[in-house]
Amino acid sequence: MYETNYHRASSVSEAASLLAGSDEAKLLAGGQTLIPTMKQRLAAPSDVVDIRHIAELKGISVSGSKVTIGAATSHAEVAQSADIANVCPALCGLAAHIGDPHVRHMGTIGGSIANNDPAADYPAAMVALDATIHTNNRTISASDFFVGLFETALDEGEIVTAVSFDAPSKAAYQKFPNPASRYAMAGVFVAQGNGGIRVGVTGAGSEGVFRSSEMEEALASDFSPAALDAIAVDPAGMLADIHGSAVYRANLVKVMARRAVAAAG
Amino acid sequence: MTSISLNVNGRQVSGEAEDRTLLVEFLRTNLGMTGTHVGCDTSQCGACVVHVDGQAVKSCTMLAVQANGSDVTTIEGLASNGTLHPVQKAFHENHGLQCGFCTPGMIMAATDMIRRHGSALDEKTVRQELEGNICRCTGYHNIVKSILAAAAEMGDAQQAAE
Repeated sequence: MYETNYHRASSVSEAASLLAGSDEAKLLAGGQTLIPTMKQRLAAPSDVVDIRHIAELKGISVSGSKVTIGAATSHAEVAQSADIANVCPALCGLAAHIGDPHVRHMGTIGGSIANNDPAADYPAAMVALDATIHTNNRTISASDFFVGLFETALDEGEIVTAVSFDAPSKAAYQKFPNPASRYAMAGVFVAQGNGGIRVGVTGAGSEGVFRSSEMEEALASDFSPAALDAIAVDPAGMLADIHGSAVYRANLVKVMARRAVAAAG
Repeated sequence: MTSISLNVNGRQVSGEAEDRTLLVEFLRTNLGMTGTHVGCDTSQCGACVVHVDGQAVKSCTMLAVQANGSDVTTIEGLASNGTLHPVQKAFHENHGLQCGFCTPGMIMAATDMIRRHGSALDEKTVRQELEGNICRCTGYHNIVKSILAAAAEMGDAQQAAE
Protein backbone atom coordinates (compact mmCIF):
# COMPACT_ATOMS: atom_id res chain seq x y z
CA MET A 1 0.00 0.00 0.00
CA TYR A 2 1.20 3.48 -0.86
CA GLU A 3 1.36 6.06 1.88
CA THR A 4 -1.85 7.76 2.84
CA ASN A 5 -3.15 10.15 5.47
CA TYR A 6 -6.03 9.02 7.64
CA HIS A 7 -8.74 11.37 8.90
CA ARG A 8 -11.64 10.38 11.13
CA ALA A 9 -14.69 12.55 10.51
CA SER A 10 -17.24 13.05 13.27
CA SER A 11 -19.96 14.56 11.08
CA VAL A 12 -21.04 14.51 7.43
CA SER A 13 -20.12 18.19 7.03
CA GLU A 14 -16.65 17.55 8.45
CA ALA A 15 -16.24 14.60 6.05
CA ALA A 16 -17.31 16.80 3.14
CA SER A 17 -14.80 19.50 4.01
CA LEU A 18 -12.01 16.95 4.49
CA LEU A 19 -12.84 15.52 1.05
CA ALA A 20 -12.83 18.98 -0.48
CA GLY A 21 -9.48 19.73 1.13
CA SER A 22 -7.61 17.23 -1.05
CA ASP A 23 -7.67 16.36 -4.75
CA GLU A 24 -6.94 12.71 -4.10
CA ALA A 25 -9.06 11.91 -1.05
CA LYS A 26 -11.37 8.94 -0.78
CA LEU A 27 -14.12 8.08 1.66
CA LEU A 28 -13.48 5.05 3.84
CA ALA A 29 -16.59 3.39 5.28
CA GLY A 30 -16.18 -0.32 6.05
CA GLY A 31 -13.12 -0.48 3.80
CA GLN A 32 -13.82 -4.02 2.63
CA THR A 33 -13.26 -3.01 -0.98
CA LEU A 34 -11.10 0.08 -0.60
CA ILE A 35 -8.44 -1.42 1.70
CA PRO A 36 -7.83 -4.51 -0.52
CA THR A 37 -7.74 -2.21 -3.57
CA MET A 38 -5.18 0.03 -1.87
CA LYS A 39 -3.14 -3.02 -0.86
CA GLN A 40 -2.99 -4.05 -4.51
CA ARG A 41 -1.94 -0.48 -5.38
CA LEU A 42 -4.95 -0.18 -7.66
CA ALA A 43 -6.02 2.81 -5.59
CA ALA A 44 -3.66 5.29 -4.00
CA PRO A 45 -5.63 8.03 -2.29
CA SER A 46 -3.43 10.66 -0.64
CA ASP A 47 -6.04 10.90 2.10
CA VAL A 48 -8.74 8.62 3.43
CA VAL A 49 -11.70 10.06 5.32
CA ASP A 50 -13.17 7.52 7.74
CA ILE A 51 -16.95 7.96 8.02
CA ARG A 52 -17.61 4.76 9.98
CA HIS A 53 -17.92 6.59 13.28
CA ILE A 54 -20.41 9.26 12.19
CA ALA A 55 -23.54 8.78 14.29
CA GLU A 56 -25.90 10.51 11.82
CA LEU A 57 -24.97 7.95 9.13
CA LYS A 58 -25.91 4.94 11.22
CA GLY A 59 -29.07 3.12 12.06
CA ILE A 60 -32.25 1.65 10.69
CA SER A 61 -35.71 3.12 11.02
CA VAL A 62 -38.95 1.52 9.92
CA SER A 63 -42.13 3.53 10.15
CA GLY A 64 -45.14 1.77 8.68
CA SER A 65 -43.84 0.53 5.35
CA LYS A 66 -41.16 3.22 5.02
CA VAL A 67 -37.66 1.84 5.58
CA THR A 68 -34.63 4.10 6.00
CA ILE A 69 -31.11 2.71 6.40
CA GLY A 70 -28.17 4.94 7.26
CA ALA A 71 -25.26 4.68 4.84
CA ALA A 72 -22.76 3.52 7.48
CA THR A 73 -25.03 0.67 8.61
CA SER A 74 -23.19 -2.64 8.30
CA HIS A 75 -24.41 -5.66 6.35
CA ALA A 76 -24.58 -7.57 9.66
CA GLU A 77 -26.89 -4.92 11.13
CA VAL A 78 -29.24 -5.11 8.13
CA ALA A 79 -29.14 -8.92 8.19
CA GLN A 80 -30.10 -9.00 11.87
CA SER A 81 -32.65 -6.18 11.88
CA ALA A 82 -35.96 -7.45 13.26
CA ASP A 83 -37.64 -4.23 12.06
CA ILE A 84 -36.59 -4.79 8.44
CA ALA A 85 -37.38 -8.51 8.71
CA ASN A 86 -40.98 -7.58 9.60
CA VAL A 87 -41.56 -5.65 6.40
CA CYS A 88 -38.92 -6.82 3.90
CA PRO A 89 -37.17 -10.05 4.96
CA ALA A 90 -35.71 -10.43 1.46
CA LEU A 91 -33.32 -7.56 2.17
CA CYS A 92 -32.14 -9.18 5.42
CA GLY A 93 -31.48 -12.40 3.50
CA LEU A 94 -29.54 -10.52 0.84
CA ALA A 95 -27.37 -8.78 3.47
CA ALA A 96 -26.80 -12.09 5.28
CA HIS A 97 -25.15 -13.53 2.17
CA ILE A 98 -22.74 -10.73 1.30
CA GLY A 99 -19.11 -11.82 1.74
CA ASP A 100 -18.57 -13.65 5.02
CA PRO A 101 -19.41 -12.84 8.66
CA HIS A 102 -16.24 -10.81 9.23
CA VAL A 103 -16.74 -8.76 6.06
CA ARG A 104 -20.39 -8.18 7.03
CA HIS A 105 -19.32 -6.68 10.36
CA MET A 106 -17.37 -3.97 8.54
CA GLY A 107 -18.93 -3.51 5.09
CA THR A 108 -21.69 -0.92 4.75
CA ILE A 109 -24.70 -0.42 2.51
CA GLY A 110 -23.53 3.08 1.54
CA GLY A 111 -20.10 1.78 0.62
CA SER A 112 -21.55 -1.03 -1.45
CA ILE A 113 -23.83 1.16 -3.54
CA ALA A 114 -21.31 4.00 -3.93
CA ASN A 115 -18.75 1.50 -5.22
CA ASN A 116 -21.32 -0.07 -7.60
CA ASP A 117 -19.39 -3.25 -8.26
CA PRO A 118 -21.20 -5.04 -11.11
CA ALA A 119 -21.35 -8.18 -8.92
CA ALA A 120 -22.50 -6.46 -5.71
CA ASP A 121 -25.83 -7.57 -4.25
CA TYR A 122 -27.34 -4.34 -2.90
CA PRO A 123 -27.69 -2.54 -6.27
CA ALA A 124 -30.17 -5.21 -7.47
CA ALA A 125 -32.30 -4.62 -4.37
CA MET A 126 -32.11 -0.85 -4.69
CA VAL A 127 -33.43 -0.77 -8.27
CA ALA A 128 -36.05 -3.47 -7.60
CA LEU A 129 -37.30 -1.67 -4.48
CA ASP A 130 -37.35 1.66 -6.36
CA ALA A 131 -35.21 3.01 -3.51
CA THR A 132 -34.18 6.60 -3.01
CA ILE A 133 -30.50 7.31 -2.40
CA HIS A 134 -29.99 10.26 -0.05
CA THR A 135 -26.78 12.26 -0.23
CA ASN A 136 -25.49 15.32 1.60
CA ASN A 137 -26.85 17.43 -1.30
CA ARG A 138 -29.93 15.78 -2.79
CA THR A 139 -31.93 12.63 -3.30
CA ILE A 140 -31.41 10.38 -6.33
CA SER A 141 -33.69 7.59 -7.47
CA ALA A 142 -31.94 4.23 -7.64
CA SER A 143 -32.70 3.95 -11.36
CA ASP A 144 -30.68 7.13 -11.98
CA PHE A 145 -28.01 6.38 -9.37
CA PHE A 146 -26.33 3.32 -10.90
CA VAL A 147 -24.70 4.53 -14.12
CA GLY A 148 -22.27 1.81 -15.20
CA LEU A 149 -19.46 -0.45 -14.00
CA PHE A 150 -18.21 1.11 -10.74
CA GLU A 151 -19.92 4.34 -11.83
CA THR A 152 -22.69 6.22 -10.06
CA ALA A 153 -24.46 9.57 -10.43
CA LEU A 154 -22.55 10.87 -7.39
CA ASP A 155 -20.73 14.15 -7.97
CA GLU A 156 -17.18 14.74 -6.84
CA GLY A 157 -17.18 15.01 -3.05
CA GLU A 158 -20.82 13.96 -2.69
CA ILE A 159 -21.54 11.58 0.20
CA VAL A 160 -24.29 8.95 0.39
CA THR A 161 -26.04 9.43 3.73
CA ALA A 162 -28.92 6.93 3.60
CA VAL A 163 -31.20 4.84 1.43
CA SER A 164 -34.96 4.62 1.80
CA PHE A 165 -37.76 2.65 0.20
CA ASP A 166 -41.35 1.55 0.70
CA ALA A 167 -41.47 -2.08 1.74
CA PRO A 168 -42.89 -4.25 -1.04
CA SER A 169 -45.81 -6.62 -0.49
CA LYS A 170 -43.65 -9.48 -1.79
CA ALA A 171 -39.96 -9.75 -2.57
CA ALA A 172 -37.14 -12.24 -2.85
CA TYR A 173 -33.51 -12.31 -3.90
CA GLN A 174 -31.71 -15.28 -5.36
CA LYS A 175 -28.11 -15.37 -6.49
CA PHE A 176 -25.72 -17.83 -8.03
CA PRO A 177 -22.43 -17.17 -6.29
CA ASN A 178 -19.14 -17.79 -8.04
CA PRO A 179 -17.90 -20.97 -6.33
CA ALA A 180 -14.52 -19.39 -5.49
CA SER A 181 -15.12 -15.68 -4.88
CA ARG A 182 -18.76 -16.02 -3.77
CA TYR A 183 -19.58 -12.85 -5.72
CA ALA A 184 -22.85 -13.06 -7.65
CA MET A 185 -22.48 -14.41 -11.18
CA ALA A 186 -26.15 -13.58 -11.45
CA GLY A 187 -28.38 -12.19 -8.73
CA VAL A 188 -32.03 -11.32 -9.21
CA PHE A 189 -34.17 -9.28 -6.82
CA VAL A 190 -37.89 -9.43 -7.55
CA ALA A 191 -40.25 -7.05 -5.77
CA GLN A 192 -43.97 -6.41 -5.99
CA GLY A 193 -44.66 -2.95 -4.64
CA ASN A 194 -47.07 -0.05 -5.06
CA GLY A 195 -45.53 0.85 -8.39
CA GLY A 196 -45.91 -2.68 -9.73
CA ILE A 197 -43.38 -5.44 -10.23
CA ARG A 198 -39.70 -4.63 -10.56
CA VAL A 199 -36.86 -7.03 -11.34
CA GLY A 200 -33.28 -5.97 -10.56
CA VAL A 201 -30.40 -8.01 -11.96
CA THR A 202 -26.80 -7.88 -10.74
CA GLY A 203 -23.63 -9.82 -11.52
CA ALA A 204 -24.54 -10.46 -15.12
CA GLY A 205 -24.98 -7.22 -17.07
CA SER A 206 -22.04 -5.80 -18.98
CA GLU A 207 -23.12 -2.32 -17.87
CA GLY A 208 -23.72 -3.35 -14.25
CA VAL A 209 -27.08 -3.63 -12.52
CA PHE A 210 -30.17 -3.43 -14.74
CA ARG A 211 -33.94 -3.93 -14.71
CA SER A 212 -35.49 -6.57 -16.89
CA SER A 213 -38.58 -4.92 -18.35
CA GLU A 214 -39.67 -8.02 -20.23
CA MET A 215 -39.64 -10.06 -17.02
CA GLU A 216 -41.51 -7.28 -15.24
CA GLU A 217 -44.22 -7.30 -17.93
CA ALA A 218 -44.54 -11.08 -17.88
CA LEU A 219 -44.80 -11.14 -14.08
CA ALA A 220 -47.34 -8.31 -14.02
CA SER A 221 -49.91 -10.50 -15.76
CA ASP A 222 -48.92 -13.73 -13.98
CA PHE A 223 -46.67 -13.69 -10.90
CA SER A 224 -45.36 -17.23 -11.20
CA PRO A 225 -42.06 -18.84 -12.22
CA ALA A 226 -43.78 -20.31 -15.29
CA ALA A 227 -44.54 -16.82 -16.56
CA LEU A 228 -40.82 -16.46 -17.28
CA ASP A 229 -40.57 -19.65 -19.35
CA ALA A 230 -41.10 -17.93 -22.68
CA ILE A 231 -38.54 -15.20 -22.01
CA ALA A 232 -35.14 -15.49 -23.63
CA VAL A 233 -32.58 -13.24 -21.92
CA ASP A 234 -30.38 -11.68 -24.61
CA PRO A 235 -26.71 -12.67 -24.14
CA ALA A 236 -25.68 -9.50 -26.00
CA GLY A 237 -25.85 -7.42 -22.83
CA MET A 238 -24.17 -9.97 -20.56
CA LEU A 239 -20.71 -10.04 -19.03
CA ALA A 240 -18.38 -12.70 -20.37
CA ASP A 241 -15.19 -13.69 -18.56
CA ILE A 242 -13.25 -16.76 -17.39
CA HIS A 243 -16.04 -17.53 -14.92
CA GLY A 244 -18.80 -17.82 -17.49
CA SER A 245 -19.79 -16.92 -21.04
CA ALA A 246 -22.52 -14.43 -21.91
CA VAL A 247 -24.84 -17.26 -22.92
CA TYR A 248 -24.26 -19.02 -19.60
CA ARG A 249 -24.96 -15.83 -17.64
CA ALA A 250 -28.10 -15.12 -19.66
CA ASN A 251 -29.41 -18.52 -18.68
CA LEU A 252 -28.42 -18.00 -15.04
CA VAL A 253 -30.39 -14.74 -14.94
CA LYS A 254 -33.52 -16.58 -15.96
CA VAL A 255 -32.94 -19.43 -13.52
CA MET A 256 -32.32 -17.01 -10.64
CA ALA A 257 -35.39 -14.98 -11.61
CA ARG A 258 -37.57 -18.10 -11.58
CA ARG A 259 -36.19 -19.07 -8.17
CA ALA A 260 -36.75 -15.56 -6.82
CA VAL A 261 -40.37 -15.51 -7.99
CA ALA A 262 -40.92 -18.95 -6.42
CA ALA A 263 -39.35 -17.77 -3.16
CA ALA A 264 -41.42 -14.56 -3.11
CA GLY A 265 -44.52 -16.76 -3.31
CA MET B 1 3.28 8.62 11.94
CA THR B 2 0.22 8.52 14.10
CA SER B 3 0.00 7.50 17.71
CA ILE B 4 -2.38 4.57 18.05
CA SER B 5 -3.92 3.46 21.33
CA LEU B 6 -5.81 0.22 21.66
CA ASN B 7 -7.09 -1.91 24.45
CA VAL B 8 -5.74 -5.32 23.48
CA ASN B 9 -6.96 -8.26 25.54
CA GLY B 10 -7.75 -5.94 28.43
CA ARG B 11 -4.40 -4.17 28.37
CA GLN B 12 -4.02 -0.55 27.25
CA VAL B 13 -1.29 -0.38 24.62
CA SER B 14 -0.05 2.32 22.28
CA GLY B 15 2.47 2.74 19.52
CA GLU B 16 3.49 4.89 16.59
CA ALA B 17 2.64 3.66 13.12
CA GLU B 18 2.17 4.97 9.60
CA ASP B 19 -1.46 5.50 8.64
CA ARG B 20 -1.14 2.75 6.02
CA THR B 21 -0.19 0.15 8.66
CA LEU B 22 -2.69 -2.68 8.77
CA LEU B 23 -4.13 -3.73 12.11
CA VAL B 24 -2.55 -7.18 11.74
CA GLU B 25 0.89 -5.62 11.11
CA PHE B 26 0.49 -3.40 14.16
CA LEU B 27 -0.41 -6.39 16.33
CA ARG B 28 2.41 -8.57 15.03
CA THR B 29 5.20 -6.06 14.46
CA ASN B 30 4.59 -3.18 16.87
CA LEU B 31 3.15 -5.23 19.71
CA GLY B 32 4.97 -8.51 19.01
CA MET B 33 1.72 -10.46 19.25
CA THR B 34 2.25 -13.06 16.55
CA GLY B 35 -0.72 -15.29 17.42
CA THR B 36 -2.76 -13.52 14.75
CA HIS B 37 -1.62 -14.86 11.38
CA VAL B 38 -1.39 -13.46 7.87
CA GLY B 39 -2.44 -16.12 5.41
CA CYS B 40 -3.62 -14.80 2.06
CA ASP B 41 -3.35 -11.07 2.81
CA THR B 42 -6.26 -10.59 0.36
CA SER B 43 -9.27 -10.73 2.73
CA GLN B 44 -10.17 -14.29 1.89
CA CYS B 45 -8.60 -16.83 4.25
CA GLY B 46 -9.53 -15.49 7.71
CA ALA B 47 -6.25 -16.46 9.44
CA CYS B 48 -6.08 -12.84 10.66
CA VAL B 49 -9.51 -12.69 12.32
CA VAL B 50 -9.59 -10.74 15.60
CA HIS B 51 -12.45 -9.09 17.44
CA VAL B 52 -12.71 -5.30 17.30
CA ASP B 53 -15.25 -3.88 19.75
CA GLY B 54 -16.69 -7.35 20.17
CA GLN B 55 -17.10 -8.28 16.50
CA ALA B 56 -14.98 -10.57 14.33
CA VAL B 57 -13.14 -8.69 11.58
CA LYS B 58 -10.28 -9.43 9.21
CA SER B 59 -7.33 -7.53 10.63
CA CYS B 60 -5.55 -7.58 7.24
CA THR B 61 -8.44 -5.54 5.85
CA MET B 62 -8.44 -2.77 8.42
CA LEU B 63 -5.92 -0.03 9.07
CA ALA B 64 -4.54 0.02 12.60
CA VAL B 65 -5.59 3.65 12.82
CA GLN B 66 -9.19 2.70 12.00
CA ALA B 67 -9.18 0.71 15.24
CA ASN B 68 -7.68 3.60 17.24
CA GLY B 69 -9.48 3.75 20.59
CA SER B 70 -11.11 0.34 20.15
CA ASP B 71 -11.10 -2.84 22.21
CA VAL B 72 -9.30 -5.62 20.38
CA THR B 73 -9.33 -9.30 21.34
CA THR B 74 -6.79 -11.64 19.79
CA ILE B 75 -6.16 -15.36 20.18
CA GLU B 76 -3.70 -14.52 22.98
CA GLY B 77 -6.57 -13.06 25.00
CA LEU B 78 -8.83 -16.11 25.17
CA ALA B 79 -7.17 -18.40 27.72
CA SER B 80 -7.29 -17.16 31.30
CA ASN B 81 -4.72 -18.05 33.95
CA GLY B 82 -3.42 -20.98 31.96
CA THR B 83 -6.88 -22.48 31.37
CA LEU B 84 -7.87 -22.84 27.75
CA HIS B 85 -11.04 -21.10 26.53
CA PRO B 86 -13.82 -23.67 25.84
CA VAL B 87 -13.36 -23.18 22.08
CA GLN B 88 -9.61 -23.79 22.34
CA LYS B 89 -10.26 -26.85 24.49
CA ALA B 90 -12.81 -28.18 21.99
CA PHE B 91 -10.34 -27.78 19.09
CA HIS B 92 -7.79 -29.70 21.18
CA GLU B 93 -10.18 -32.49 22.12
CA ASN B 94 -11.76 -32.89 18.68
CA HIS B 95 -8.54 -32.71 16.69
CA GLY B 96 -9.80 -29.48 15.09
CA LEU B 97 -6.40 -28.61 13.67
CA GLN B 98 -3.51 -30.19 11.83
CA CYS B 99 -0.81 -27.69 10.86
CA GLY B 100 -2.46 -25.02 13.02
CA PHE B 101 -1.87 -22.06 10.73
CA CYS B 102 -5.55 -21.19 10.27
CA THR B 103 -6.43 -22.05 13.86
CA PRO B 104 -6.19 -18.58 15.48
CA GLY B 105 -8.61 -17.23 12.88
CA MET B 106 -10.85 -20.29 13.12
CA ILE B 107 -11.08 -19.95 16.89
CA MET B 108 -11.75 -16.20 16.78
CA ALA B 109 -14.44 -16.81 14.13
CA ALA B 110 -15.89 -19.61 16.24
CA THR B 111 -16.12 -17.55 19.43
CA ASP B 112 -17.87 -14.78 17.45
CA MET B 113 -20.28 -17.31 15.95
CA ILE B 114 -21.11 -18.74 19.37
CA ARG B 115 -21.59 -15.22 20.77
CA ARG B 116 -24.21 -14.57 18.09
CA HIS B 117 -25.99 -17.92 17.99
CA GLY B 118 -25.37 -19.48 21.42
CA SER B 119 -26.14 -23.15 21.90
CA ALA B 120 -28.74 -22.95 19.09
CA LEU B 121 -25.81 -23.13 16.65
CA ASP B 122 -26.29 -26.02 14.21
CA GLU B 123 -23.99 -27.71 11.74
CA LYS B 124 -25.46 -26.01 8.68
CA THR B 125 -24.95 -22.56 10.21
CA VAL B 126 -21.38 -23.38 11.27
CA ARG B 127 -20.50 -24.55 7.76
CA GLN B 128 -22.12 -21.47 6.20
CA GLU B 129 -20.42 -19.07 8.58
CA LEU B 130 -16.98 -20.60 8.05
CA GLU B 131 -17.20 -19.14 4.55
CA GLY B 132 -14.55 -16.56 5.42
CA ASN B 133 -12.05 -18.99 6.96
CA ILE B 134 -9.98 -21.35 4.87
CA CYS B 135 -8.25 -24.51 6.15
CA ARG B 136 -6.09 -26.56 3.78
CA CYS B 137 -5.52 -29.54 6.08
CA THR B 138 -8.55 -30.75 7.92
CA GLY B 139 -11.35 -30.86 5.38
CA TYR B 140 -13.30 -28.86 8.00
CA HIS B 141 -15.13 -31.82 9.58
CA ASN B 142 -13.28 -31.68 12.89
CA ILE B 143 -13.38 -27.88 12.94
CA VAL B 144 -17.17 -28.02 12.65
CA LYS B 145 -17.27 -30.72 15.34
CA SER B 146 -15.08 -28.60 17.64
CA ILE B 147 -17.25 -25.52 17.24
CA LEU B 148 -20.45 -27.46 17.89
CA ALA B 149 -18.91 -29.09 20.98
CA ALA B 150 -17.81 -25.70 22.31
CA ALA B 151 -21.23 -24.15 21.59
CA ALA B 152 -22.93 -26.95 23.51
CA GLU B 153 -20.52 -26.68 26.43
CA MET B 154 -20.76 -22.89 26.60
CA GLY B 155 -24.57 -23.07 26.34
CA ASP B 156 -24.70 -25.59 29.20
CA ALA B 157 -22.38 -23.45 31.30
CA GLN B 158 -24.56 -20.42 30.66
CA GLN B 159 -27.73 -22.35 31.60
CA ALA B 160 -26.09 -23.61 34.79
CA ALA B 161 -25.16 -20.04 35.70
CA GLU B 162 -28.75 -18.90 35.24
